[in-house]
Amino acid sequence: MLSYVARRLLIAVPTLFGVATVSFLLMRIIPGDPARVMAGPQATAEDVERLRQQLGLGGSIWSQYVEYITRLMQGDLMVSARTGTPVIDEIAARAQATVTLAVLAIVVAVVVGCTLGVLAALRRDSVVDLILSGVSVFGVSMPVYWVGLLLIMLFSVQLGWLPAGGSDSWASVVLPTVALSFFAVGFISRQTRSAMVETMELDFIRSVRAKGISRSALVIRHGLRNAALPIMTVVGLQFGQLLGGAVLTETIFAWPGLGRLLIDSISARDFATVQGTVFVFAAALILVNLLTDILYAYADPRIRYD
Amino acid sequence: MTEPVLEIRDLRTYFHTIRGVYRAVDGVDLTVRAGRTLCVVGESGSGKSATALSVMGLIEAPGEIQPGSRIRFDGQELVGLSDREHRRIRGRDLSMIFQEPMTSLDPVYPVGHQIVEAIRAHQPVSRKAALNRAVELMALVGIPSPERRLWDYPHHLSGGMRQRVMISIALSSHPKLLVADEPTTALDVTIQAQILELMRDLQKKMGMAIMMITHDLGVVAEMADDVAVMYAGQIVESGIAEEVLTNPRHPYTEALLHAVPVLGMSRDEPLRVIPGVVPSPLEWPAGCRFAARCRYAHERCAEPPPTATVGRHQTRCWLPVDRSIGTGSATRTAAAGEVNR
Repeated sequence: MLSYVARRLLIAVPTLFGVATVSFLLMRIIPGDPARVMAGPQATAEDVERLRQQLGLGGSIWSQYVEYITRLMQGDLMVSARTGTPVIDEIAARAQATVTLAVLAIVVAVVVGCTLGVLAALRRDSVVDLILSGVSVFGVSMPVYWVGLLLIMLFSVQLGWLPAGGSDSWASVVLPTVALSFFAVGFISRQTRSAMVETMELDFIRSVRAKGISRSALVIRHGLRNAALPIMTVVGLQFGQLLGGAVLTETIFAWPGLGRLLIDSISARDFATVQGTVFVFAAALILVNLLTDILYAYADPRIRYD
Repeated sequence: MTEPVLEIRDLRTYFHTIRGVYRAVDGVDLTVRAGRTLCVVGESGSGKSATALSVMGLIEAPGEIQPGSRIRFDGQELVGLSDREHRRIRGRDLSMIFQEPMTSLDPVYPVGHQIVEAIRAHQPVSRKAALNRAVELMALVGIPSPERRLWDYPHHLSGGMRQRVMISIALSSHPKLLVADEPTTALDVTIQAQILELMRDLQKKMGMAIMMITHDLGVVAEMADDVAVMYAGQIVESGIAEEVLTNPRHPYTEALLHAVPVLGMSRDEPLRVIPGVVPSPLEWPAGCRFAARCRYAHERCAEPPPTATVGRHQTRCWLPVDRSIGTGSATRTAAAGEVNR
């Protein structure tokens, strides 16, 4: 197992290298000169040029790239052009908000998605199944920014129950969490339904029923436990979707996390912060996928890594 | 004859499908007596497994036991029990082992855990006591070094070992009746013999009755005290095993016995195949269901035959069978019992 983890981490290095390169290039391709943006409309050409040098954007693209990668390998994510603070500190200051939101959303999505999926599977082809399928199609089809806006309109504007944005109280986390988990609920419930339907038709379910154990023990201990593997796969995949969703959700709800940092930095053409944030997102995704694969071995004793 | 532990009367189990009503079990009468083994024999699709599952209360939608069916087990009527009431009996007084030992255990739990689950479903004992009992049970069914095997997962065990685990689960609460649905079909011949011997052994030790479902006349010869031959959802012949096997009164039983290859038979000698196939349970023939394949069929067979008691047999046939068939099958069957498969 340890050698497997080591191998996976080693494979992650070229992936992260690729992510760093692509994010670097993308920022150079989109129009907009960071020095111009920061110096403001009144600045002279000399001012802009001086600022460009200060930002480390003076040399050729190639020399900038070499410097970026060299510093990245030393664990240095450079300094934010917008605020002048090291990018790593910017990210550290925002990470907790995003982690809170992402973890809450994934927990909600797993609990609600699995429950709906199990119910639909047990009442297969009934009205309940049909309604639940409809709900999950709804969830999968609605983009997160649309769901977010609808939630704000209903619960903040119309009903006034929950704040539309910010992070001042526990209540302000509710709407972003719901919006962010919406898609994942649809996805996870569909996967749970099909995995449960398949599992409940396996031979051993009948022999377990022959033991005379309760229905709930049968469904949870044997059904859901065996359906766990495909469900875990989509949960792992959903995490990537969730990070992407976090960028939009945080922007809509003014949630002070990494997503909003990223959007703000893109608008300001703050190259270093964008690159740093994308890098951290990619690393998080790789780690979660690795974690999912490790958990497989615990979910199914027939899987062994070596 | 001992007391009946299971009495099935007019059992009808139908499956309501898009294509129509699939009458898998269609008027079955059976009796299993305490401490004895009844073998239910028949081809695939004859309804024998559906009969076993009906007894266990394991028929699921779209299947349904029809009103008027009666399954009396240990003095209690099982038809009409709620699932909760059935669960109290299932796995305790009434237990079952299945055809596919390779897939009958939950792959994600150690076998010890699965035995403990069965024990604790019906007995108020601690986990530790249940574990000790599981070790005893595993030793009882001939699993070597059970303490170590306790934490093995099913995929670590061979088919024969898995079936032994299934048997230990089935016996965990001293059942009065063990229903065995083709428990050896999926196993190698040598392992088959071991499992059959184990079952006979355990029956002697624990005194339970066995209802064994099989298509294998070799297994019948080995195990059965009583035999019921099933065809097209009905019992066509039943009686004491020795008599049914040596002196069949129903043309189907006779044909089955003749279809068994016997060691020492010349290769050129053709096996007597039963012509045709089992009719569809969607639309059973109106008269005798075997008539289309029967070499004794005559006009009368267009009407449903009565169940007649001939000697100590029950047979569902119009023929005065004792006159027409039943000669020459005795030696074949005796041999078949030893070398079949």
